Amino acid sequence: MARTISTRRTAVVTLCAWIVALVIFFPILYTIITSFKSEAEAIQGFNLIPSGTVESYVEVQTQKDYFKPFMNSVILSLGSTVLALLVSVPAAWAMAFSPTKRTKDILMWMLSTKMMPAVAVLVPIYLIFRDTGLLDSRIGLTVMLMLINLPIVVWMLYTYFREIPGEILEAARMDGASLWGEIIYVLTPMAVPGIASTMLLNIILAWNEAFWTIRLTTTNAAPLTAFIASFSSPQGLFWAKLSAASTLAIAPILVMGWFSQKQLVRGLTFGAVK
Amino acid sequence: MGKIVLRKVNKSFGNTAVIPGIDLAIEDGEFVVFVGPSGCGKSTLLRLIAGLEDTTSGTIEIDGRDVTDTAPAQRRLAMVFQSYALYPHMSVRKNIAFPLKMAKLPQEQINKKVEDAARILNLTNYLERRPGQLSGGQRQRVAIGRAIVRQPSAFLFDEPLSNLDAALRGSMRLEISELHHQLNTTMIYVTHDQVEAMTMADKIVVLNAGNIEQVGSPLDLYRSPRNLFVAGFIGSPKMNFVSGSYAQAHSAVTVGVRPEHLVLSRESGEWHGTVTVAEHLGADTYLHVQVDGIGLITARASGEFAVKHGDSVFITPDRSRIHRFDANGNALA
Ligand SMILES: Nc1ncnc2c1ncn2[C@@H]1O[C@H](COP(=O)(O)OP(=O)(O)OP(=O)(O)O)[C@@H](O)[C@H]1O
Ligand SMILES: [Mg+2]
Repeated sequence: MARTISTRRTAVVTLCAWIVALVIFFPILYTIITSFKSEAEAIQGFNLIPSGTVESYVEVQTQKDYFKPFMNSVILSLGSTVLALLVSVPAAWAMAFSPTKRTKDILMWMLSTKMMPAVAVLVPIYLIFRDTGLLDSRIGLTVMLMLINLPIVVWMLYTYFREIPGEILEAARMDGASLWGEIIYVLTPMAVPGIASTMLLNIILAWNEAFWTIRLTTTNAAPLTAFIASFSSPQGLFWAKLSAASTLAIAPILVMGWFSQKQLVRGLTFGAVK
Repeated sequence: MGKIVLRKVNKSFGNTAVIPGIDLAIEDGEFVVFVGPSGCGKSTLLRLIAGLEDTTSGTIEIDGRDVTDTAPAQRRLAMVFQSYALYPHMSVRKNIAFPLKMAKLPQEQINKKVEDAARILNLTNYLERRPGQLSGGQRQRVAIGRAIVRQPSAFLFDEPLSNLDAALRGSMRLEISELHHQLNTTMIYVTHDQVEAMTMADKIVVLNAGNIEQVGSPLDLYRSPRNLFVAGFIGSPKMNFVSGSYAQAHSAVTVGVRPEHLVLSRESGEWHGTVTVAEHLGADTYLHVQVDGIGLITARASGEFAVKHGDSVFITPDRSRIHRFDANGNALA
């Protein structure tokens, strides 16, 4: 009896989960569907079955170069992630293993910067970029992306590091390891799952970042977000082409996310379940 | 090569002085045990010597060198933690080799030293395993192996055996004592286990609330405790304390007599009492006796002493083994 109830419950829960997942995924799915429609089909209204034409893809490719913004996206997201790790591993180390009275406040302050609307600093940042010649440069944008995601990266690493017993690091110190020896040989290998999921999340965040990437670039450093945006503006709305461009832009990260989902989930629930 | 001197060492966390001020000299090659009740500052003192905590004031010298502001890595000390603190992502071989790798020794020397250490500690068959695949005792030995490969000037142990079961604790105790005889290196050992302190130490340091109550050899402390605290702390079962008229008769405020210095009899004796609990251990019998006009007294009889709850017994203290204390709790000569 109990068994049937629990099976039924599982079935209901599974169904609900699928419905929720479908609802969340639907916009992406519909974008992909639309990308395989002709422009005429696309404006006709809601329709789940595309004709399967790839003309939008062909047109997107011929109109605009996909490869350059794709490479820019790769460079920006990987570059900003590596940069963020270089800064945040030592920062999180200090906060987790050598906290002071102010550590908690600093962490809260860092998080609070994420609550500020980005528009609030758009003008000063734009001016700084313009005056230092960083507008439309990969370096400037990499640093920018690193900085906006830094609070999250530090927070995540901090929570993972907190799970590592401090005595193991002290043992390394007693064994003659220097500060960097301790971080490279002991802390980092032990925190690999946490660092990996932090990296993945940061790559995804950087890849999808559309506010600064669109405003601080024109052509040279423009990543895929700017590539999509460029299809929505000048010639009015072409849904199928826009969808094809979007699909091309999100495909790499979707594939990466799919293959790393185990790692991501494990990393994101690391402290909670244990 | 391992003389450690503490001068007026003070450690405060915020406003609380955990260690108000300690002076202590540890000679080269000595086996020193820190004992004291939980929270008295044993670990803190050890960590100060290790350099894992900074002193608030005072100086620490190792072999005549002031190391007060020296990083742990430069003090040439090795430490064995209560939690073992092995590197979980490294094999046993790599764990033991880690200090040598940090010292940048050539690889063939590292291999040789690791294998020597593994042989001494019976770990040869486990060298390729991860710490997670070892038993508690084996992990403990890896932690010791990691400490001995480097030939430090002193070893620091913080309750290294407290996670092991009684039998294993007994054998590891012997192994560590043996190791001390082989290596002849200074060892500082923190424990709250009576037996470990009494059997292993050349010198016991009794700590209470961050202060040293007494320093001496195990038998010194057993025979002539300087005050009530040490008298009550060293020895198991605990020393019995009696005050009131019986103490006055010995011209003291409190007298103490150890359970093993009480003579038990069913027929006659100085004190008469009723057994409340009798613990029959086989080799010994511990009796908790409510003595008329004195109070609850613990007595120890060797061998089997067949009494049970409610039986009446007579107890005679051995006059030559009575300890006398004044109103401040200090021992009277
Ligand atoms: N980081 C710290 N901050 C504040 N107080 C501390 C800190 N570390 C230790 N203490 C305090 O210092 C005192 C001594 O602690 P310590 O760990 O040295 O005790 P211990 O003698 O090793 O005890 P145990 O036998 O339980 O291990 C305790 O009262 C403890 O609360
Ligand atoms: Mg302790």
